[in-house]
Amino acid sequence: MTAPAGPTRPFDWRPLAVPLALITAWELAMVLGPATTSETLAAPHAVLVGFFTIVADGTLLTATAQTLGAALGGLAAAVAIGLVLGLVLGLSALIDMLLEVSIEAIRPVPSIALVPLAMMIYGFGYRMEMSIIAFTAMWPVMILTRTAIRDLEPRLLEVAKALRMSFSDKVMKIMLPAIAPRVFVALRLAAGVALVVAITVEIASNPQGLGAAMILAQQTFHPELTLAILIWIGLLGYGINHALLYLQRRLFAFGTGSEVSHDAR
Amino acid sequence: MTQIGQTAQMRLEGVSLSYGAKLVLSDINLDIARGEIVSVVGPSGCGKTTSLRVLAGLVSPSGGRIVYEGTPLSGPRRDIAIVFQDYGKALLPWRTAYQNISLALETMGTDKSERPDRIHALLKLIGLGNHADKFPSQMSGGMQQRLQIARALAQEPSVLLMDEPFGALDAMTRQTLQDELLTLSTKTGATIYFVTHDLEEAVYLSDRVVGLLPNPGRVGRIFDVNLPRPRDQLTTRESPEFLHLRHELYQFVKGAEQ
Repeated sequence: MTAPAGPTRPFDWRPLAVPLALITAWELAMVLGPATTSETLAAPHAVLVGFFTIVADGTLLTATAQTLGAALGGLAAAVAIGLVLGLVLGLSALIDMLLEVSIEAIRPVPSIALVPLAMMIYGFGYRMEMSIIAFTAMWPVMILTRTAIRDLEPRLLEVAKALRMSFSDKVMKIMLPAIAPRVFVALRLAAGVALVVAITVEIASNPQGLGAAMILAQQTFHPELTLAILIWIGLLGYGINHALLYLQRRLFAFGTGSEVSHDAR
Repeated sequence: MTQIGQTAQMRLEGVSLSYGAKLVLSDINLDIARGEIVSVVGPSGCGKTTSLRVLAGLVSPSGGRIVYEGTPLSGPRRDIAIVFQDYGKALLPWRTAYQNISLALETMGTDKSERPDRIHALLKLIGLGNHADKFPSQMSGGMQQRLQIARALAQEPSVLLMDEPFGALDAMTRQTLQDELLTLSTKTGATIYFVTHDLEEAVYLSDRVVGLLPNPGRVGRIFDVNLPRPRDQLTTRESPEFLHLRHELYQFVKGAEQ
């Protein structure tokens, strides 16, 4: 159930004490207190029962697949567009200057404000959701890629120059590997953004996924299901972030100092 | 005093360089013979490294020209290899020792089937035979600099330009690498242009030591080193001729600083 923590590290249970105490207090307050029936709150045991109900009837799985599918599709587009744009802007000061105003004008548009436009173009469904995710998640990738290109070690570029590398070799063998660790950090940021935007769009309009499932539970007076999905979303986000962190340590273990010693622990 | 004419493999003809209004190198004339080891010393700011970058083709001179093998140099060449001082930055941290050497062979289009043998031979030559799969971050400074030298040698250079290559290493490692460099020079016959601030190192390695003067960088004096080869860390360094040259160089640099 917990995210893949360090495989060799013994698990430390102490940080769990506070949440467990809070849940126990919540349970006691709901069971012993005056408000034993409520249309806005549910006791932890009811949330647990609700959780297993939607797991058993497949609702949760379908909704999760829809949300993650949209998030992943949008993320893939965001990384592809952000990476290419970031490379171009990082490599060409001229293009960067020409596009600066346009980008800075579009970038601050809140993702949710795009829902009406995306709905007009695509209607309900994956494409509308994915387009909004891609729009929002591509900025961190673009900006971090551009900065990483700008910050490339000049010595490495001289090595390339002294070897008379072709432009494509320089990009493939020097630049992309050199910026990969920072692009991966951008990917982690973008993944977080993608999940947030996916659920936001589902809550706001798109009738699919975890967001829509929460809205449905709320409108049909099932606080225990709303809460169960909410906790599930939290666990998903936690799991995704930790999986990516783990991957990051695996992929970039060659890096100086920290990552290597991290792995060795 | 110096050989002129056909024997010069590399020749600086009235080379000057300015960055904006600042004149960094002024009218440098120098002939370097094939297989010769030339060191460059001088106070900081005298353009030692800049002169190396000009020879590497990384910077074009503002005036004069470099003639290499009879033709003017127009940019970097693969048979002129560079070894930078900051090995930590010049190596590719995501590639192992083996792969770092491979970079040079890949770029030169060396046949894929030939690469493993060549790389292993170079690793062995440079004393890294057992460290092929190590990443630079897992190697000591001396090993990293060895690796950079191996990568330069993979280019099969006629000229090796070395920019304070041992400056960041501890004294013992430095001496070991000096001797290895002398062995390599005999084995490969490569011409070596060696920038250093260590006067003893300059004398120990070289056939000639070029003393530069600062503001603007120009040739002050050229010292011929007629110490017998092979050289030895103890006997060479203790010989009267060595001590005399060291003395002269010291006074030159001291005088140049004022």
